[in-house]
Amino acid sequence: MLLYIAKRVLYTLPVALGVSIVCFMLVHIAPGDPLTSVLPPDASAQLQAEMRRLYGFDRPLPVQYGLWLLKTLQGDLGTSIATGRAVAVELWSAMGNTLMLAVLATAIGFVLGCLFGFVAGYFRDSWIDKLASFVSIIGVSVPHYWLGMVLVIIFSVQLNWLPATGAGPGGSADWVWDWAHIRHLILPAVTMSVIPMGIVARTVRALVADILSQEFIVGQRAKGLLDLGVLRHVIKNAAPTALAVMGLQLGYLLGGSILIETVFSWPGTGFLLGQAIFQRDLPLLQGTILVLAMFFVALNLIVDVVQTLLDPRVQRS
Amino acid sequence: MTTPLVEIENLTVRFSGARDVYAVNGVNLTLNPGETLSILGESGSGKSVTLKTLLRILPENRTTIGGAIRVQGTDVLALSGKALADHRGGVVSMIFQDPMLALDPVYTIGEQIAETVMRHEGASAAEGKARALEMLTRVRIPSPERRLKAYPHEMSGGMRQRAMIALALACKPKLLLADEPTTALDATVQIQILLLLRELQREFGMGMIFVTHDVGVAVEISDRVAVMYAGQLVETGSIRDIIRDPQHPYTRGLLAANLHGAVKGARLDAIPGAPPALHAAPNACSFAERCAHAQDRCRAELPPRVTLGERREVRCILPEMAKA
Repeated sequence: MLLYIAKRVLYTLPVALGVSIVCFMLVHIAPGDPLTSVLPPDASAQLQAEMRRLYGFDRPLPVQYGLWLLKTLQGDLGTSIATGRAVAVELWSAMGNTLMLAVLATAIGFVLGCLFGFVAGYFRDSWIDKLASFVSIIGVSVPHYWLGMVLVIIFSVQLNWLPATGAGPGGSADWVWDWAHIRHLILPAVTMSVIPMGIVARTVRALVADILSQEFIVGQRAKGLLDLGVLRHVIKNAAPTALAVMGLQLGYLLGGSILIETVFSWPGTGFLLGQAIFQRDLPLLQGTILVLAMFFVALNLIVDVVQTLLDPRVQRS
Repeated sequence: MTTPLVEIENLTVRFSGARDVYAVNGVNLTLNPGETLSILGESGSGKSVTLKTLLRILPENRTTIGGAIRVQGTDVLALSGKALADHRGGVVSMIFQDPMLALDPVYTIGEQIAETVMRHEGASAAEGKARALEMLTRVRIPSPERRLKAYPHEMSGGMRQRAMIALALACKPKLLLADEPTTALDATVQIQILLLLRELQREFGMGMIFVTHDVGVAVEISDRVAVMYAGQLVETGSIRDIIRDPQHPYTRGLLAANLHGAVKGARLDAIPGAPPALHAAPNACSFAERCAHAQDRCRAELPPRVTLGERREVRCILPEMAKA
């Protein structure tokens, strides 16, 4: 078992290396020079050359990559060209914001998804089931940035209940758990929660329908349990799978969503990535993509290992 | 004369679906307190359905039940809601064929027994647990304290069935229904479970209805036998009468179709043909197509109920002709 896990970890090393090369190359393949956007258009050729040398853009690509990798491994992701702050610092605060958003969105999505899925599975083929299934299909298929804009139009523009953008009155830097800040979290979280809600609802519906068709449910009724007592058995049987689906969804949302975070100007990793692209902020872009890509590599590793721990049959294949 | 524990009058059960199934067609049955009755019959003859009707655990939306069922004078078919739940597990309880399927896989045995006691007797969790321990001891599960915390998949088949019996008897029911409780077990374990059931049935003074397709099991455990075929009871009587003097051709065929005294290489006696599909209510003798004694009358009308003695009845024209 330990050997398998060690092997699995070892396998991720070439993947990680490949990801880092792709990250590095992607930015250099794209047309345009990162410095043109920060320098004034009338900057002298000498200043441009000076800046190039300063950022190391004048060296051959493999050397640039080697130096970049070396620094990255030491935890130094460079300095953002646009803001002049360390990329690691920018990323750290962005990841905090994305984490907050993702956890809240998953929580909302999980609760609503379980509710819809449970009701749909329990009253299978009734109109309640059809309604709940309809809602969950809408949830997985509606474009989320569009939903975000619609919510902004309703709750910010028309009703003026909630702020449309940003992460609080004091800007993105200092988050405090008070109403003034939490207000900003509500719309993006609700928009984002629609994704896990739809998926969780569909999973739970299938689970509940399956459990209810099993003989031990008849057994519970034969014991004289009332509906509420039988429900307790259904819930405990459905819980492990529902929680696993929730975990996967959380992992997925933790990667951040460029679209939703951009619509709400939520200062998370997705928003940061969008900004880096538009500002041609090369170090920031490289750093963000690399960290997000590594995050998914790690997530896959964790899922693989956990699955092996739960199901010994995975090892053999 | 004692008042019967169970009275079933002209019970019919029909499942609706793509094709209707007439599973039970006019069953009459009485069971006295403390008595054990076996319902003997092959797969699909309606034995289990009859049993499940007594607990009302058939899928309600596609089942039509006719006739009357009384347990201790209570009209079972009229029960609903909490009264029905009180009936299930409190007055009547059931042992299923495969305890692996009938027990919840994610709750421990102790929790599942305690839950029943708490539900029916309003007991506390501690009292429920104490009763669970007592019941596991009474069904002679080794190291019962440890087994309280075991999940169904951690036990052997025989032990699971003992746990199932402990669960069924936890609230001291008046009537125990056993749906082929030994079919899924090894032959050696079968005997142990049968002996245990017989002993507990006497100890608790319960009535028991035991469904089986195994004549040997029925002989071992019951006072009386009802032979079921195509949703009808074709013959009822004491175990002694049925074994010594079977009247219905189907009963005779069933008793002949066992391996005792079979000679190697010789053909075994078997009933020719297969049971009828039950897509319509019967209007003739269901066994006529397979019966060596069948006459025109058998195919034209339902066979008569012939009473041959106290609580001994046969649905066939043969004993009627013999009597006349």
